[in-house]
Amino acid sequence: MSAQVAYNDVEAGTEIAPASYPATRLSLVKYCGASGDFNVIHWNERIAKAVGLPNVIAHGMFTMAQAGRFVTDWAGPGAEVVEFGVRFSSPVVVPDDDTGATIVVSGTVEEKLDDNRVTLALTAKSGEDKVLTRARAVVRLP
Amino acid sequence: MAINREYLGRTFPAAQPYEISRVKIAEFADAIGDPNPLYRDRAAAQAAGFADVIAPPTLAIVVSMAGSAAAVADPGLGLNYAMVVHGEQRFEYSRQLRAGDVVTAQATITDIRDAGRNVLMTTKTEIVTVDGEHVCTAHSTLVERGGAA
Repeated sequence: MSAQVAYNDVEAGTEIAPASYPATRLSLVKYCGASGDFNVIHWNERIAKAVGLPNVIAHGMFTMAQAGRFVTDWAGPGAEVVEFGVRFSSPVVVPDDDTGATIVVSGTVEEKLDDNRVTLALTAKSGEDKVLTRARAVVRLP
Repeated sequence: MAINREYLGRTFPAAQPYEISRVKIAEFADAIGDPNPLYRDRAAAQAAGFADVIAPPTLAIVVSMAGSAAAVADPGLGLNYAMVVHGEQRFEYSRQLRAGDVVTAQATITDIRDAGRNVLMTTKTEIVTVDGEHVCTAHSTLVERGGAA
């Protein structure tokens, strides 16, 4: 957890340093259990390929969770997320090896709003693929 | 099989109350690999101004899915779940979920439309405490690949 960001210290246009998050087969199994989403495409390579996917893919919500972590790590413990939305533009394909996939999230302070709120514009990539588009979070800062 | 357009606008009754426990929050935070103490340490959460440990923002999907499960699983809807991927997701929060919350989720199908060979279904799920306090509204768009009518 990072230091607290204050609304008065934030400027529109500020870039937030990118962060990398791993997604392995174990991550997906754990996410299946914790979320209750046992869609076979997240754990069964045979069926994932049979339905036309390149391999097992991460839950979109797992990827969104990494973007959420990026936001809350930046904003600090006294901030509140008031809105958070993404479009899942490309799947995170998770190979059956020890490394899995890597999700790289970056962001920019897009706009300062009233009521101590700021909008963050986020990007998330896995390899060369943009896995999230139109990703935005609105946070209320102290 | 195509999605049944007659389900557009249908609201599914609120799912059984869902109790947000500290154990569930910690389990979910572990699953997403987020070590943030606000999700595990009550003293840290209280020092930050929260009544108890809070949930990561995307934990709301677990409650939301409990609400939309009735819709997704309804055989009359005709959704082929193995062909489903998540298209879009958006949350509007009045506050974050926290340990001790007892909430219900009520889902409404707000849109069903074709996009090329795929069909998109959007649901709006209201997550409210049993005392009537709004916590989160979740908008979810599912894509059934190759499911266009």
